[in-house]
Amino acid sequence: MSLHQVTSPHLTRAGDTGSVMRHVLLATLPGIATLTYLFGWGTVINILWACLLAAAMEAGVMHLRGRPAMFYLKDCSAMVTAVLLAIALPPYAPWWLLVVGVGFSILVAKHLYGGMGYNPFNPAMVGYVVLLISFPVEMTQWAAPIGSVADQPDTLGPLSALLANFSFLSSEPVDAFTMATPLEVFKQNNALMTEELWANVPQFGWLGGYGWEWVNMAFLLGGVYLLRKRIFTWHAPLAMLASLGVMALLFYDGGSSQSLGSPFFHWFSGATMLGAFFIVTDPVSSAVSNKGRLYYGAGVGVLVFLIRSFGNYPDAIAFAVLLMNFAAPLIDHYTLPRTYGHARESER
Amino acid sequence: MSNSPGYAELSVNGLWKNNAALVQLLGLCPLLAVSGTVVNALGLGLATIFVLICSNTAVSLIRNVVADAVRLPAFVMIIASFTTCISLLMQAYAYELYQILGIFIPLIVTNCAILGRADAFASKNPLLPSMYDGFIMGLGFALVLVLLGAMRELAGTGALFADMHLLFGAGAEHWKVTVFADYPGFIVAVVPPGAFLFAGLLIALKNIIDARIKAREEARKTKPVSGSKRVRVTGTIR
Repeated sequence: MSLHQVTSPHLTRAGDTGSVMRHVLLATLPGIATLTYLFGWGTVINILWACLLAAAMEAGVMHLRGRPAMFYLKDCSAMVTAVLLAIALPPYAPWWLLVVGVGFSILVAKHLYGGMGYNPFNPAMVGYVVLLISFPVEMTQWAAPIGSVADQPDTLGPLSALLANFSFLSSEPVDAFTMATPLEVFKQNNALMTEELWANVPQFGWLGGYGWEWVNMAFLLGGVYLLRKRIFTWHAPLAMLASLGVMALLFYDGGSSQSLGSPFFHWFSGATMLGAFFIVTDPVSSAVSNKGRLYYGAGVGVLVFLIRSFGNYPDAIAFAVLLMNFAAPLIDHYTLPRTYGHARESER
Repeated sequence: MSNSPGYAELSVNGLWKNNAALVQLLGLCPLLAVSGTVVNALGLGLATIFVLICSNTAVSLIRNVVADAVRLPAFVMIIASFTTCISLLMQAYAYELYQILGIFIPLIVTNCAILGRADAFASKNPLLPSMYDGFIMGLGFALVLVLLGAMRELAGTGALFADMHLLFGAGAEHWKVTVFADYPGFIVAVVPPGAFLFAGLLIALKNIIDARIKAREEARKTKPVSGSKRVRVTGTIR
């Protein structure tokens, strides 16, 4: 009998950037499917167009920088940025909106700062914030989700949806079937009790905004998959959701007309779950240690609640994440883990 | 002082090599805050040139009288007086522009480019070079300011030279050039973060040009000598 001796390293599968990024892409599928079911083909077209742009821009920059383009395209990091940005944009966004957004994400936020692994800010969120500040009208035109309004216009087949995106090809006005997002309606409301709001306004559903609760569930599902695959640790997302819930609970007043929303409303509206599992967990721009990630995630959660409730914009994931990206190096400085074999601070 | 630099050197320094905005990064606060449009940038640029020339002149005149220990307060007093002058002048002749620029006209006092030139140059040099230094440094600052204003106005609104009548009177009202018709407006370029973006791009552009010039000079220096070559036989072989 031969004793088979294996020396280290014992990892059978190298977790390279490409495989991590492909897992992330896979995990966005439930969310994308839900968005497509609710809002029609606009999201899918957004994603395809954004991926095309991102690949072209990444290859172009790599060519200019004298690096091998295919090597960097294969790690799919540009794809993840493009997909996350495209999911955050309203379906049927005009084509040039994505050109500007992806351009800012890939060219400015990623490559001007040194490329993959050197960007201090989450590229997708930089692109999103630039668009949100610059084109508020185009950025808030969300179509009404299927089933929320009685006289629903057709959900647009793939071809006419394509025409809607590239609006210079068609004469059909797109904004005929858009409506304010639930977060916006909730924020503007001053007259109705929360219960009445839920009963009377078509934007509200079971937990959060109509349809939005399912979108958030789907992203939660994708996030749990990534957690099981150990793509990231639980610290940052859980801390973010917990602090968002605690903040909502602290300010909860039982549902008056001035209510800032229950924890469930905040968890299952807007981009909460997308942010918690796909944005806050970005390994490059977040804090590094597990303890640091707890603080980082908690900071994002608190900021999301504050900006949603007291800020000028209805949703706040992007602003909160960018602000905490600023703070990440500081958090890292104060949460330096103890080196193995060295004494604790108190024992020195 | 007899060994003050010549005018050519002062010009190169002020406009390019030691540009207040692009190289020294002085006076960034007004540079970033009011460079939203060409007319704002030009207004503040002209005001800064005026204050810089006058303060350099005055500082140069009193440079042998004021004791070293109290020179900085004296310089600040001088700069503040001229800033008050320009703000009164603007109230008289360009009141609307004065209201748009608002706090940034009084804030010229705190523009460190001005105090910097007073202390580093005017307090050590005779009258005429100091005046010229003030002019050329101010011009370098104002040119960057106007360039930045043009870039941001073009990117932000798709037009150039809007509202020029605020500075040049009613005749300039139709100077506005619409470059892109039907432009949706790129608000990021107009708000302060856009100023940082475009200023960064300008600085990068200057650094690229400098690197190109340097590389070309290096290439010229190391050009091999044509014709016969002599083998060096003295000294040490490395």
